[in-house]
Amino acid sequence: MGDHAAAVLGVKAWKRHGRGERVRYVAVLDRPEASVLRGLMGQVDDMLSGRGAEAPADELAALTGIRTGPSTRPDDPVLARLLPDFAPESEPDADELSAALRSVREPELIEAKQAAIATVLATCPAGGGRVELAPQQAEQWLTAINDVRLALGVALEVTEDMPEGLPPDDPRADHLPVYHWLTWLQDSLVGVLAA
Amino acid sequence: MRVRSSAPPIGARVPVATAPAEPDVDVAPEVEGDEATAVDTPWQTIVWNDPVNLMSYVTWVLQKLFGYDKAKATALMLDVHHKGRATVSAGSREKVEGDVAKLHAAGLWATMQRQS
Repeated sequence: MGDHAAAVLGVKAWKRHGRGERVRYVAVLDRPEASVLRGLMGQVDDMLSGRGAEAPADELAALTGIRTGPSTRPDDPVLARLLPDFAPESEPDADELSAALRSVREPELIEAKQAAIATVLATCPAGGGRVELAPQQAEQWLTAINDVRLALGVALEVTEDMPEGLPPDDPRADHLPVYHWLTWLQDSLVGVLAA
Repeated sequence: MRVRSSAPPIGARVPVATAPAEPDVDVAPEVEGDEATAVDTPWQTIVWNDPVNLMSYVTWVLQKLFGYDKAKATALMLDVHHKGRATVSAGSREKVEGDVAKLHAAGLWATMQRQS
C-alpha cells in the first residue's frame, strides 16, 4: 500500500466548512492543476467508454434492460486493474466464475466509475479556482482520484516505496510528480472526510 | 504544489509486464477472529495489497462499505499491508459477490473465494 507524499506532509489541500447537512469540502486548484486533473479524468473516462462499447449486443438485454458486459478480462493493463477479476487463480473454477460475474457486474462498475469522474468534471472549474463539494460529491472525488492514481500507477509502474523523484533519463520522471500530487490531494480529502 | 499543465498520457505508457500479481496461493486464508458468521458461511471477500491504494483510503473504504469502526478497519488494513491480504467479509455467495463489486467500484483489489 502507498503512503502519503512526505514532501508535502502537513500541508492540507482540503478544508471542511460548515457542519451537519451544510458541510462542504473546499479546495483551491490553480489552472495547471485543474487542467491536469481534468485531462487525466478524461483519459480514464475515454478508456472506460471504450471498454463499455465492447459489451456484446444482445437482443434479450435490449428487451429486458438487463445489460451484459464482456466476459473476458481487458487486455489493457490499466483497464485490467480498474476492472479486476472476481475470483483468484487459486479458486478451482476461477475462470468460469470470473467470466460469469464480469459479464453481470462490469456494466454497473463502469457506470459507477464514470459517474464519479463526471462529478469531478462538473465541480472542478476548467480554469482552476475554488472547488466546493457536498459530502456525496467528495466521496465521488475520492473514488475518481483513486482510479486515476491506479491508472497512473500501472502506466508509471509505481511500487510501494516509490521515490519522490526519478533520474532525469527515466521516461517516467516527468510524470511522477503528478502521481505524487494526486496522492497528496486524495490523502488530504480522506483526512477531512474521516475527521 | 505546482504541476505541469499537460496530463501524462496513460495510454502511451511504458511496457508493463503483468497486471496485478497472481495471488499467493501458499498463504493460508485467514478468518477474522471476531467474524462470528464466518464459521457457517461458505464464501469470503479477500482484499489484496497493492502499491497504489493509500492506507488512509483503504481504512476509510472499509469503514464506509462495511460499517466497521475505525479500530477494526485499521486492523484489517494493516493485515492487507503487512500480510498481503485480509478477509474483510464473509457470507453467502450473493453477499460476497456484492461486496467484491463495491470494493472494485472503490478501486480496491478484491476477490472472492470459498471458505476452506
